[in-house]
Amino acid sequence: MEIVMAFVIGFLFMAATYLMLSRSLLRIIIGTGLLSHGAHLLILTMGGLGGEAPPVLADGVEASQFADPLPQALILTAIVISFGVTAFILVLAYRAYQSLETDNTTLMKGSDDDAQ
Amino acid sequence: MNLIVAIFLPILAAFFIPLLYKRVKSLHTGWFVLLVPLSLFLFYTTFVKQVANGETFTSTFHWVESLQLSFISYIDGLSLLFSLLITGIGSLVVLYSIFYLDKSKEQLHNFYVYLLLFMSAMLGVVQSDHVITLYLFWELTSISSFLLIAYWFNRDASRFGALKSMMITVFGGLLMLGGFVLLSMMGDTYSIRELIAQAPQLAEHEYFTWALILVLFGAFTKSAQGPFYIWLPDAMEAPTPVSAYLHSATMVKAGIYLVARFTPIFASSELWIWLVTATGLFTLVWCSFFALKQTDLKGILAFSTVSQLGLIMALLGAGSMSYHVDGAAETVFKYAAFAAIFHLINHATFKGSLFMIVGIVDHETGTRDIKKLGGLMSIMPISFTVAMIGSLSMAGVPLFNGFLSKEMFLTAMLSITEFGLFSFDTFGVLFPIIAWIASVFTFAYSLYFVTHTFMGTYKPDALPKKAHEAPIGMLISPIVLAALVIVIFFIPNIVATYFIKPAVLAIQPFLYSDVSQIDVHISAWHGFTTELWMTLGIFVVGGLAVMTLKKWQHFYNRVPAGFNMLYDAAINVSDTGMNRLSRLYMTGSNQTYLLYMFASFVVLVIGTLFTQGGFTMSWAHTAPIRFYDLVLIAVLVSGTLIALVTKSRLTSIIGLGVVGYSVAMFFVIFNAPDLALTQLVIETISVALFLLCFYHLPKNSRKENRMRFQVPRFIISVAVGATVTLVAIAAQSQKMMTSISEYYKETVYSLAGGGNIVNVILVDYRGFDTLFEIAVLAIAGLGIFAMIKLRIGDKGKEKKQLENK
Amino acid sequence: MKTNDVILQFTAKLVFFIIFLFSVHIFMAGHYTPGGGFVGGLLAASAIVLLILAFDLKTVQAGFPINYRIMTAIGLVLALGTAAFPMFDGKPFFTHYFDYFDLPFFGKTSLHTAMLFDAGVFLVVVGVTMTIIQSIGEDE
Repeated sequence: MEIVMAFVIGFLFMAATYLMLSRSLLRIIIGTGLLSHGAHLLILTMGGLGGEAPPVLADGVEASQFADPLPQALILTAIVISFGVTAFILVLAYRAYQSLETDNTTLMKGSDDDAQ
Repeated sequence: MNLIVAIFLPILAAFFIPLLYKRVKSLHTGWFVLLVPLSLFLFYTTFVKQVANGETFTSTFHWVESLQLSFISYIDGLSLLFSLLITGIGSLVVLYSIFYLDKSKEQLHNFYVYLLLFMSAMLGVVQSDHVITLYLFWELTSISSFLLIAYWFNRDASRFGALKSMMITVFGGLLMLGGFVLLSMMGDTYSIRELIAQAPQLAEHEYFTWALILVLFGAFTKSAQGPFYIWLPDAMEAPTPVSAYLHSATMVKAGIYLVARFTPIFASSELWIWLVTATGLFTLVWCSFFALKQTDLKGILAFSTVSQLGLIMALLGAGSMSYHVDGAAETVFKYAAFAAIFHLINHATFKGSLFMIVGIVDHETGTRDIKKLGGLMSIMPISFTVAMIGSLSMAGVPLFNGFLSKEMFLTAMLSITEFGLFSFDTFGVLFPIIAWIASVFTFAYSLYFVTHTFMGTYKPDALPKKAHEAPIGMLISPIVLAALVIVIFFIPNIVATYFIKPAVLAIQPFLYSDVSQIDVHISAWHGFTTELWMTLGIFVVGGLAVMTLKKWQHFYNRVPAGFNMLYDAAINVSDTGMNRLSRLYMTGSNQTYLLYMFASFVVLVIGTLFTQGGFTMSWAHTAPIRFYDLVLIAVLVSGTLIALVTKSRLTSIIGLGVVGYSVAMFFVIFNAPDLALTQLVIETISVALFLLCFYHLPKNSRKENRMRFQVPRFIISVAVGATVTLVAIAAQSQKMMTSISEYYKETVYSLAGGGNIVNVILVDYRGFDTLFEIAVLAIAGLGIFAMIKLRIGDKGKEKKQLENK
Repeated sequence: MKTNDVILQFTAKLVFFIIFLFSVHIFMAGHYTPGGGFVGGLLAASAIVLLILAFDLKTVQAGFPINYRIMTAIGLVLALGTAAFPMFDGKPFFTHYFDYFDLPFFGKTSLHTAMLFDAGVFLVVVGVTMTIIQSIGEDE
């Protein structure tokens, strides 16, 4: 399963990179969103997916059966941070659009010597 | 410990200055500031008697012990003399500035904070026994000098001068740091005293010459010697109290101090003697020559300061020769270092008073242009008298202290020819000739300064203001200094006992072991010696030069401004060159920067995997693949594809939502209930946010342009994806150590009293992460709030929409 | 555009209380079972968002006259204070205390200072989320 997940994560990263390299602000933001989803899954996969029970103390569950709690804690932090960051750049883009009336990063720069 | 506190007292006092400036409006802030240097001056005078007997004082404060970094304050004759100069002249300058700077017009708190900062830094320079802290204080003086020169920062010339002085002195300071590091490596100690103790061994070392040259770079740039003199004339844009204090009496003498302090280490080197003496003499003659070209009063004084510093430098170089002469204590070489210190004191008195007079002239007439001035003698009699005393002392006329040290200087230069080593017997004959020529120019510019300002015809129409005598408060400081000029002439040997001899002992420990061995006696009359005839010649030729100045001053216009042009060219080339270089890769396009980032990510990660052997794959210990896993993967991949290819914005937002929810489902099936809950709620709120922003956008922008397929973009994307896949597989295949999770699992109930390990990690084991995380979240929230609520209006005015609802 | 959404508004009111109580529950239970400050805070925020959707921003603000920025600040101070408190006791930063008590009505209960820290997190999350939503919503 981990190997399959590795390829899924790679695919997520690829799509995220491709979107982030575009000139449209919304695509860039969606790209960062995909990137953070990929990163969360990557951390989870790195810790191993073989846990048989949630890492919560309960009767009849041995410590060895728990899923690894550390990646989960890291991801929980990451989720909330990425929410904050996504919201921030979303509003940044929204405000930029309001002021400059474009969502094209090349036009925002004010010159067109960039061939892309 | 008292000594360390004394060094830092001005900086500590500086913290209260802005407060006092804001609170106490009725009283000039300078009166409070005056207390600091004055009390420090009195504090240091208590040491004079003991130091004159050859005693020294040390106190140490350990700063970073693991780096052997500590403040060591060391008081001997040399550092005490400088400390007294810094605090003494400092008190007079602060007193003067109270009347010079208007309390209602000037930013006094800035001025005095910088000035106090400088005072601490300068005391630190002259008292530090630790080379690294010496360097720190050294750079602090450069920085405070920069701030003070640029005090009137609205003027172009001020900023230019500030930058120039900073560039040159910091450049030299960095080289000096290199020299210090070499020295401390050679001697395995940071203490200057310990380095001096091992001077003979250091001289054998292969890096010795390098250290010598690097340290001299620091000294020469700071004291504006040789080609580095160019910063000082431009630094004259500073307020006059600053010029009088930093750029004549104290900071520029830091280089002199450094040379004096390191003389015991380097005196054995031929190169040292040549460099110090020749650079000093060159500066002396070059700048005294150019002083006559200047029409700005402060310009004249700036060039004069540089050339006088050159004189002191040359004397220190000659003083080093005594290291090589047997029985030097009996020969004339004993004069050189003595004369250097003596002239240092004299220069501080007469040049300080002259600067203050220039400030008064500027203040009362509104100009410093010598062409517009003239005939002020009858209007400003007191200023005239002080200026006359200062100028005549600078010119080396009897009855003033400058005469005494000038005579000693001529004696020392004459004796160089007798020095048999290092081919000084052949070239040496040049030295007295150069010294004589320089003295002629010195005499000439001193007279030029005072006669063209105060004598001649009064030109009231040329002056911006109606001239009158300065208020008495402003005159106190120059009068005190001028009085010292005369007093020192009559009691030079008392000054010698208390100040000069202890300092000479610190410079030439190889010559004397006790102050009583220094048997130099200063006297005004030596009989009809060569020196006397030279002096008379100086008066005659110099007087003639001033009288005929109008006839030949225009020759100066044909002399190119060599060193200044070099500096300008260097700054220009580096400016445009760096600009061009950074434009090569700073295209201003987001995509380019992202490309750099992604490409370096791929190269670095793959490179690391490659060198660390991260490519060993293992398929063991993997979880089984279940049917619903595959279904979920299919959903996730299709969501990604939707977001990737769609043109409709709404659809792409929904695509992202699909991905988010399926990630939440992954968390469910991989036994992470906390994550699943959080992800579900977050995803809901995120989609709501996206739609909210989307809702506010105009309708015509709801479609994206079609994304053209681009090969470089695609290649980079695939490379990033492949890299991440490799990392994930490598991480799965190799477990280098047991996870710390085992510890968490075992102790979660016994130590942390909880059951949900994830939550306990968040709030307890790794609480720091969470603390900073909510801080980041709060900052993001406030940032968003600010972005939306604070608008900069069309006219650049802030339209605050911050009413609380 | 005036639509008749009485049913939506009524349901929203009902569901709001359910979600809100659930968020409090999940926050309280967080130390032993899945949940905690983050999820609790997010749930509480989403409950308020639901109300905003059903009514409108002004009505909800009149109902909850809360300055969410101050709420965020209180949360941060609470979290930092809980973490810093042990230092006055000579213990390292972030030492938590806990013990078990027999309280009337609740029975055997554990009280834990980590709960206070988590409450800080809860407040920050609600505060920030609502600040964001309110700011965007109010913007014309």
